[in-house]
Amino acid sequence: MSKRPTSYMEGAADLADMVEGQSITLWSDVRRKLKRDRRFWIAAVMIAIFVGMAIVPQLFFTESLDPSNCNLSDSTLTPSSAHWFGTDIQGCDYYTRVVYGTRTSLIVGLVVGGLIVTLALTLGSSSGYYGGKTDMIISRFADIWFSVPTTLGAILVLTLFGGGGPLVVALVLVFFSWPDMTRLVRSTVISGKHRGYVRAAKTMGSPGRTILRRHVLPNGIAPVLVFASYTVGGAVAGEATLTFLGVGLQLPSISWGLQIAIAQTRFTSDPYLLFFPSLFLSLFIGAFVLLGESLRDALDVKLIQDA
Amino acid sequence: MPEPVLLVDGLQVEFRTEDGTVKAVDGVSYALDRGEVLAILGESGSGKTVHARAIMRILDSPPAFITGGTARLGDLELLSIDEADMRVIRGARVAMLFQDPHTALDPVFTVGDQMVELLRARRDLSTREARVEAIDLLERVGIPSARSRMRAYPHQLSGGIAQRVMVAMAVALGPDVLLADEPTSSLDVTVQAQVLELLAALVAETQMAMVLITHNLAVAVGLARRIAVMYAGRIVEIGPARDIYTNPKHPYTAALLRSIPDIEVREERLPAIMGSPPNLLRPPSGCAFHPRCPLADDRCRVEAPTLDEVVPGRASACFHADKVQR
Amino acid sequence: MSDAEVILRADDVVKHFPIKDKLFGNSGVIHAVDGVSLDLHEGEVVGVVGESGCGKSTLANMLMLLDAPTSGRILFRGKDIATFSDDETRTYRREVQMVFQDTFGSLDPRMPISDALTEPFSVHRDVLPKEHWNDRVRELLALVGLDPDHANRYPHQFSGGQRQRICIARALALGPKVLVCDEPVSALDVSVQAQVVNLLKDLRDEFGLSYVFVAHDLSVVRQIADRVAVMYLGQIVEMGDESDVLLHPSHPYTQALISALPTPDSEGRMVGERIVLTGELPSPSDPPSGCRFRTRCWMAQPRCASEEPALIDRGTGRPVACHFVDPASAAS
Repeated sequence: MSKRPTSYMEGAADLADMVEGQSITLWSDVRRKLKRDRRFWIAAVMIAIFVGMAIVPQLFFTESLDPSNCNLSDSTLTPSSAHWFGTDIQGCDYYTRVVYGTRTSLIVGLVVGGLIVTLALTLGSSSGYYGGKTDMIISRFADIWFSVPTTLGAILVLTLFGGGGPLVVALVLVFFSWPDMTRLVRSTVISGKHRGYVRAAKTMGSPGRTILRRHVLPNGIAPVLVFASYTVGGAVAGEATLTFLGVGLQLPSISWGLQIAIAQTRFTSDPYLLFFPSLFLSLFIGAFVLLGESLRDALDVKLIQDA
Repeated sequence: MPEPVLLVDGLQVEFRTEDGTVKAVDGVSYALDRGEVLAILGESGSGKTVHARAIMRILDSPPAFITGGTARLGDLELLSIDEADMRVIRGARVAMLFQDPHTALDPVFTVGDQMVELLRARRDLSTREARVEAIDLLERVGIPSARSRMRAYPHQLSGGIAQRVMVAMAVALGPDVLLADEPTSSLDVTVQAQVLELLAALVAETQMAMVLITHNLAVAVGLARRIAVMYAGRIVEIGPARDIYTNPKHPYTAALLRSIPDIEVREERLPAIMGSPPNLLRPPSGCAFHPRCPLADDRCRVEAPTLDEVVPGRASACFHADKVQR
Repeated sequence: MSDAEVILRADDVVKHFPIKDKLFGNSGVIHAVDGVSLDLHEGEVVGVVGESGCGKSTLANMLMLLDAPTSGRILFRGKDIATFSDDETRTYRREVQMVFQDTFGSLDPRMPISDALTEPFSVHRDVLPKEHWNDRVRELLALVGLDPDHANRYPHQFSGGQRQRICIARALALGPKVLVCDEPVSALDVSVQAQVVNLLKDLRDEFGLSYVFVAHDLSVVRQIADRVAVMYLGQIVEMGDESDVLLHPSHPYTQALISALPTPDSEGRMVGERIVLTGELPSPSDPPSGCRFRTRCWMAQPRCASEEPALIDRGTGRPVACHFVDPASAAS
């Protein structure tokens, strides 16, 4: 039966829940909220610095701090003005090597994030929108996959490969962790496909994929963005873990995971070897988590869909 | 003259949002006697629902803020007592009935469970006593097979039955005042009549006072002794229901009456009120109704009229109350 | 009216929804629409009225090809829409449009209304070249009484009545012949309902449109419909000219429906004997045998349980599905 109109003017209490409890956050509102959120700025600055380190690490070096500045006789020197982070076992400047490690992490993070989002949007929206057999196949697939623990699976596969470069590790991580976001997109699409404007588009004769592209996905992208942010952080953590366990990146790759793995044996004698890559790793992951949180609040997302 | 059971004076409620401040309720005053039904008639943005929620103190604050006025229930000042005290008052002295019964009922508990829980907690009854009382209440509100209905879940109930359950729960503690917010608007028309009759009977039987919030003038006239018409957060006309219906003294009331379709008459063109309900973020100057009013003049554009008595027992907030035609 | 061409016809349309309740082993069907036949002539407004569960919205969905009938046919200009080729379906979608109840939900909140109004053109690219879109948007807005300069505003910046006008403008964009209106004014304020009803009437006159007007508010239907069909539990129980059905109802359900309207007389006193229906609406998964209304009807007899009353003229000049129609009840 007809419900009384909750017009946008009947008390601003209804401004936030105009359509049966769904809040609409326009991009201008989102931008405004983000601009005021300190966490967003902190995360943005950190990520900007990391991206800079990854793309143009030279910017962060000075004359003396040079990755090829390796001198075996300078092995494991503690931090000093000459070597800000000290030197590693080969006598190379540690600071530059840690900075270089950013590139690897960023590549892994972005590749994993990008691939998972693409997969999720494609599979999740087909599954959620068309339902039926498509949904059944994709969902069963995802469920089975989901039950395999990512790290364990990755370890198994990478052991067979004998480790790999950042791309291989990224692909393996994607291989085992794609179901999560796919399910998120699926449930977002399912809750979004019954909206009035979708019905209106159908009566116009708009084909499904156009409706998805134009209406369903843009209106449901918020949790995906948040989750994507967390995913990047998680991917980097995953790579570090795998590398640390010996199945991820191998020498001579420069990766924080490798640095940490090597450093752990010398923890008592040269704790700084462990400290700096761990610090960078934590800050990197933390930046993306912080970004995710500020996005989540700005977009007003409840990740457990309660539409 | 016995004291009114509820005395609202100058109630003001603001909503503070990022887009600005909305004055949702702007000085609402009325007195409610025992056993009386006062209908608050209004459309979107009139403030009718917000004012009731303010009295019940169930507005989300922020963004809502009660910025002025009083609501006296006997010797209690509802707007300024502690939340702890208000919790005792809610349900027991002032109760509220909502438009959609299914949102107010918990879907995971049976009707019986919810009623028993209410009675046990608030009336200090044992489980058995509460069960008996609950069945009795369901029967009082006219629910057939009350005993078996106790085991039903809310989603298994039709709208009409669910609303009756809500009525039962609202009157379970014997409140002095019932604020009924569009109680029948989401029900089928054949069921609406039944629920309204139920409410009328309860009022007559228990001398409970009722504020009936509605947008439907015919419903208001059928049930209420007095009607208060609200527009843009204010009462623009108040008086005996029948008088208002036959001889409105405010242009909004008159326009509303004219624009309501009547099944008896097929109009070539329905006389509509031009324009839209006011945007409360940027309300019109002077009288809030002036952009849509056929009688508006320069004074109306700058000065907001006060609610003044025009004939004994009837007040209107209009400079041209005498010129209003039905 | 009867010599005008029948543009849309529902022919014994049935829609059953399966119930899947594996937990309790229940299976069965919901009889949402059970044998409805209806003609819409060109230039006519047919009102379909009923309360919740009567199937009127399901019927509207089937007319819009949002759902397929379980059996029966829907014919557009004499051709079964279920047999349409892709091209014919495209044409159908241009000629038959819908106006919905939910004004806010029908517009994508993230798109300015100009985008909503041009969406039909981007789906049917052969109708209007892109360079004319902006002009057409302005035309459409003016047509429904809105300021063309507001084209780049967002839905939430408009009131409910204005949003409904935008939806109507969108429905008219492709120049349809038929509008299926599913409770178009129910969610609007009373003072605004009149505006939208007037608008729909004006548009009908100006463009020679035909409407299927689905609503539960009989007073509103009275203002716009030429003929009215009353539905109960998936079936039409009475049908005819609006003044006949609404002022002189023959079927007991229609009588109850009309008597339930609170009616103050000119003195403000409530008039009319209110017929109070006993019982509740039966479940659509298990409709009563024979006449579906018998469980709540004060005239019910044993015959009503054993024999389903057909929707035929019983001496009142129009079809009524009741065994006990009094021809005198329909004064004409």
